[in-house]
Amino acid sequence: METKRANKWINALVPVIAVILGLLVGAVIMVISGYNPFEAYGSIFQMVFLTPYYAGETIVTMIPLILSGLSVAFAFRTGLFNIGVEGQLLVGWLASVAFAIHFADWPKLVLIPLCLLVAALAGGLWGLIPGLLKARFYVHEVITTIMMNYIALYSTNAIIRQFLYADGERTPLIPDSASLSSNFLSNITGGSRLHWGILVALLGAVIMWFLLWRTTLGYELRAIGFNPDASRYAGMNVARNIITSFAIAGGFAGVAGAMLGLGTYHYMSINASFTGIGFDGIAVALLGVNTAPGVVIGAALFAALETGEVSMQSLGIPNDLVEIIIALIIFFVASHYMIRWTLDRFKKGGAAR
Amino acid sequence: MSVMGILEIIIPSAILSATPLILTALGGVLSERSGVVNIGLEGLMIIGGFIGAVFTIWFEHLGLGAASPWLSLLVAVVAGAAFSLLHGLASITFRADQVVSGVAINFLALGLTVFLVKKLYQGSGQTPYIDYRIDKTNVPILHDIPIIGPLFFSHITYTSYLAVILAVVVWYVIYKTPFGLRLRSVGEHPLAADTLGINVIRMRYIAVALSGAFGGLGGAVYVVTIATNFGPMTISGQGFLALAAMIFGKWNPLGALGAALFFGFAQSLSITGESIPFLKDIPNVFLLIAPYVLTILALAGFVGRAEPPKADGVPYIKGRR
Repeated sequence: METKRANKWINALVPVIAVILGLLVGAVIMVISGYNPFEAYGSIFQMVFLTPYYAGETIVTMIPLILSGLSVAFAFRTGLFNIGVEGQLLVGWLASVAFAIHFADWPKLVLIPLCLLVAALAGGLWGLIPGLLKARFYVHEVITTIMMNYIALYSTNAIIRQFLYADGERTPLIPDSASLSSNFLSNITGGSRLHWGILVALLGAVIMWFLLWRTTLGYELRAIGFNPDASRYAGMNVARNIITSFAIAGGFAGVAGAMLGLGTYHYMSINASFTGIGFDGIAVALLGVNTAPGVVIGAALFAALETGEVSMQSLGIPNDLVEIIIALIIFFVASHYMIRWTLDRFKKGGAAR
Repeated sequence: MSVMGILEIIIPSAILSATPLILTALGGVLSERSGVVNIGLEGLMIIGGFIGAVFTIWFEHLGLGAASPWLSLLVAVVAGAAFSLLHGLASITFRADQVVSGVAINFLALGLTVFLVKKLYQGSGQTPYIDYRIDKTNVPILHDIPIIGPLFFSHITYTSYLAVILAVVVWYVIYKTPFGLRLRSVGEHPLAADTLGINVIRMRYIAVALSGAFGGLGGAVYVVTIATNFGPMTISGQGFLALAAMIFGKWNPLGALGAALFFGFAQSLSITGESIPFLKDIPNVFLLIAPYVLTILALAGFVGRAEPPKADGVPYIKGRR
């Protein structure tokens, strides 16, 4: 019991240490290249917490990141690695925007939920394919999801060019009846793009928690994540659960896309490359140790760093440094074995292993 | 336009775009054969591309002229190998999830290179263009041979021949030498290999470093033959395409060579397609997504089943069965 509690404590500590290490190495790089790390981190802090506009923009960045992180974390719980968030997000983004434009005259209270639903279905469908391939043909999901990402990127671009093209390499704007934007939220944050999607994202976190910890489905999904063979022996249908898990994960990612379409931009652009939100989602899920509250915190951190890019640039520091720091944090979280090993050495007189 | 005329456009252009993919896919084969998944190929290509551009420019300043791009390829090999050791450190020694570490490699490579480009070139987002690229040439004598001359020995870069030769060399090393046998055994059943006295950890480090060398070379070749400068968008997806080629080629160097040539063919069709009569009507997008769709089909067993090495992606922990 004692060791179990200690383990739990270490589990929560690992991401914190990873973040600190990432920021430290980032600071070292800044010193080497002649910048002042205190000034840089201080300016990020000041910007994100003390400037209403950038606080709002941080939350705007955070919204799709939460959903992307939930998608990765949900699949992780079933032992599946969803690198396909990028593709599922693009498909959901396009689906929500297309639906909103097509049914522009429907009332807001009907249209927005339906747009979200359509985005979830589109993303879910895109996630279903790797799930199906994994369950039926034992194809590793990492490869198929990467391939599905590129198929989504080129296909959505082609569809926009063919059917929904507007000037400026994008789709037309969505109607007001589908917009999540709010004058109220924008006004209290100094005119930022803050929108009601934050409620959708937080609701998503609650849904993930509820599904995983309060339903039979969630119990089975987690059991399979721990040990698929034992679960099969206990009478669970592993193949069906893999497909379900991937579809739900894809659904989260699809809604993340809808957040960009209905909230942040009000259109979908023709993308030359991926948004990066899906890859960041992997880091967010890892940082959040695959729990719903952890994902929200992880998304907040990454959103703050990314918004802080602007303040670093104003100090003359290339904003790519933030990308480096994010990569380092991913590295350190992934190398949790190293952190655990070190922590074990520090625990003098701890239980011998 | 005659069939021969069409082929004379498509084939050299296909070989040109396939060359970086071949090289990078060979790196993937080496790493995964030893049991280390390498999603970081994209990042390794980015490092190689950056080095290729920066060092070509630097060697040009030193007055090395046409030798500059070739020398930069050598630097890219070393830099790629060195950078990939980060992936080795995380995934072999620290037993990190190899896919996550690969994702981090990709992020880090992009962030680091663009950061350095801005430092080196006064805030500019991309490097200047290089003066001496490795250009398309006609091979003396051979290009006069009827039919195959115009297809395979005209408008071609020497790096393409290098890639094909290296594919054969890697195939020979993996399947015909003791080193290759050890490499494969470490990726299939590390415990058995360890019992026989093979140093699993060392073999995997060597394999990952080699994959970095090949990935770096692939990225640099892309820059000095096709892109001629380096910016954040220079390498966008070629590494993942090489990964697909490796799988489509069933983790076999010659298979990867064939798959990369085929993907290069699809890529060049999507670029040159507009000038070719009956291809004009096929929407570009189908040619763009063809490599990825085919890879998925190959994995599902519709185009010959692709099986990864048994211990691919599993960290080796001594004493654990």
